[in-house]
Amino acid sequence: MNYRFTNARIVCPEGGERTGSLHVSDDAIVADGDGEAIDLGGKLLAPAIVDLGVFATDKAAFAKGGIARIGLMPDQSPVLDDPGIVQRAAAMGKPELWVHPIAAATKGLDGLDLAEMAIFAEAGARAVATGRRWIADSGVMRRVMGYARDCGLTLIIHAEDSGLTNGAVATEGETATRLGLPAAPAIAEALAVARDLALAEETGAAIHFRQVTTAGALDLIRRAKARGIAVTCGITPPHLYLSDIDISDYRTFARLSPPLRSEADRQAAREALGDGTIDVLCSGHDPRGPEEKRLPFADSAPGSAGAETLLALGLGLVRDEVVSIERLFALLSANPGRILGLDTGTLRPGKPADLIMVDPDSPWRISADAMAASAGNTPFDGLPVQGKVLQLWKGGVRIR
Amino acid sequence: MSASDHNPGAVLNGSEAFPHRHLTGIAGLQPHEITFLLDEAERWAQANRARQPSDHRLDGITQINAFFENSTRTLLSFEIAGKRLGADVVNMAVAQSSVKKGETLIDTAMTLNAMRSDVIVIRHSSSGAVQLIASKVDCPVLNAGDGWHEHPTQALLDALTIRRRRGSVHGQRVVICGDLMHSRVARSNILALTALSAEVRVVAPSTLMPPAIEAMGVTAFSDFDAALEGADVVMMLRLQNERMSGAFIPSTREYHLRYGLTPERLARAKEDALVMHPGPMNRGVEIASSVADHPERSAINEQVEMGVAVRMACLDILTRKARGVEGWA
Repeated sequence: MNYRFTNARIVCPEGGERTGSLHVSDDAIVADGDGEAIDLGGKLLAPAIVDLGVFATDKAAFAKGGIARIGLMPDQSPVLDDPGIVQRAAAMGKPELWVHPIAAATKGLDGLDLAEMAIFAEAGARAVATGRRWIADSGVMRRVMGYARDCGLTLIIHAEDSGLTNGAVATEGETATRLGLPAAPAIAEALAVARDLALAEETGAAIHFRQVTTAGALDLIRRAKARGIAVTCGITPPHLYLSDIDISDYRTFARLSPPLRSEADRQAAREALGDGTIDVLCSGHDPRGPEEKRLPFADSAPGSAGAETLLALGLGLVRDEVVSIERLFALLSANPGRILGLDTGTLRPGKPADLIMVDPDSPWRISADAMAASAGNTPFDGLPVQGKVLQLWKGGVRIR
Repeated sequence: MSASDHNPGAVLNGSEAFPHRHLTGIAGLQPHEITFLLDEAERWAQANRARQPSDHRLDGITQINAFFENSTRTLLSFEIAGKRLGADVVNMAVAQSSVKKGETLIDTAMTLNAMRSDVIVIRHSSSGAVQLIASKVDCPVLNAGDGWHEHPTQALLDALTIRRRRGSVHGQRVVICGDLMHSRVARSNILALTALSAEVRVVAPSTLMPPAIEAMGVTAFSDFDAALEGADVVMMLRLQNERMSGAFIPSTREYHLRYGLTPERLARAKEDALVMHPGPMNRGVEIASSVADHPERSAINEQVEMGVAVRMACLDILTRKARGVEGWA
């Protein structure tokens, strides 16, 4: 089918913003053509979101959030460390949701032995990852990076020095002290980032820190980029909107990994999002039911269901003038697509017609009870936001 | 004094004096509410000393002591307090191994709730667990210690002991020394004593000092001797066995060298300074026997005595609404 989306406010991370029409022929964006006209009435037309580093294939939540592709973390049951499992993961969401598996970088994610990265890549893996954990052994990490580089795969890293974070459920500070929670110093992140940057520089590996949340670590990455090291990094909305004060009252929906940081770190993260240090805004989607969240804080599982709030919270950053609208879609679509080696994330002719139509001003209130996700564990319960996905298209087919 | 003198309606402005449904911590209490609890406990302390027969105000009230963490003294203290007021006291000792984590905690809370208990006393090893249970049950909940978070009745009994022995808490220089990091006793005491305008100094090696503790209105020291200068009260914390070797302190003898309360060290405090310890003590580690047993200076046995009085006051006050006491409905 051919379509013409007319009267659209078109936002492309590479082409900028313009008002007019976009043409689609079959599954791709084309420069010109005819076909069924769809009048968008001035609404936003943008590349569909590529959500890099999620923990569940939660189709309903991703569709509601305008997410057409996900980079699935290897921390599944079973772990993505077998070609058959990788292949099955890659196929499980089609056609509505394209799942791009991120395979385990070490066997069983145990941080000890190299996994079969080349075989996983053949099976459809788009990157490899350390999983939810950091690889503490520097010798192992050096070999993992060298081997990932040989295989042409980006290594996705969870950056927290486990010697400092072992047993911790919060960031050291007044809140954790008052609540009597085991806490780790924020420097645990900078220490991990510093080591892995040094190893990346030496091995020539391409690395991506899935979440960087502290001023110290962001500063290291800013300087590493200036030196030309192949590093990128991401963040999720909670670390841009919330700080450790939000775990007061032991709200387990605000128990995250890495934990919420100080207000100063939150401000530094917003600044780093604005100045280009941070490359990816992702949901970290990790739905957790009451059996894992309705517990004492330290006994509960970390993580939040973020897929369907990602875009609205991202648009909030545009309204707060932290980022421009083009840059928002670089963070949500183009950059994560590039890191996964996908030919998507922009509206250039020839690219797949993965599109979202958005009413950026439409108000709604985030409600844990009304979420499409398999669990409603959002730390933003009750927050009024603006921006709704009206339509989601994947490869020229309307999904929502 | 007879039991009838305890009729609260005659003396107090009813629930305005203590408008809380639960006692989950000292945090959230106003200074006058803490003083109210201490005043009430003081009356029970006098009644207990006078060996008055049991009061019967909690007749027909079911008190469940649900202890998810081992305890001997606190459990006994709550049991005696309840029984002296006539309550039917049931102890539920839940070993951490059988009811560990998961939905089980909420399930247990719902079970207790379904049994129509009138007041539940809870101890649990996770910070915030008591608050979580309190949010799920219909009756008042009393925190008997949650993780590293709070142990409010301990702080109240300590404040009462200080008030009785020093005349007032206001303006007293109180030195709290030991494993502050893992201590709910320390957190509750800091909150209660600073609310009552004491000057609180905390002392620990940096490995056992909670970060940003000064934000709670205290002065932090790593040098015990310096902290002791001019102290009115020296409160020693128990060093848990599992933290005695290696990870946090090199050895008990090194700990004793730097943080043990010896007679020589105590001489730096005021001549009549009070020595306190929440028990059970490690004699020869955090406190020398001659200090712990000092007839004038040590208030350790009085702390245990005040514990019963404070818990009687809390059980009485938290059940007033359910008992339909005038002014508390």
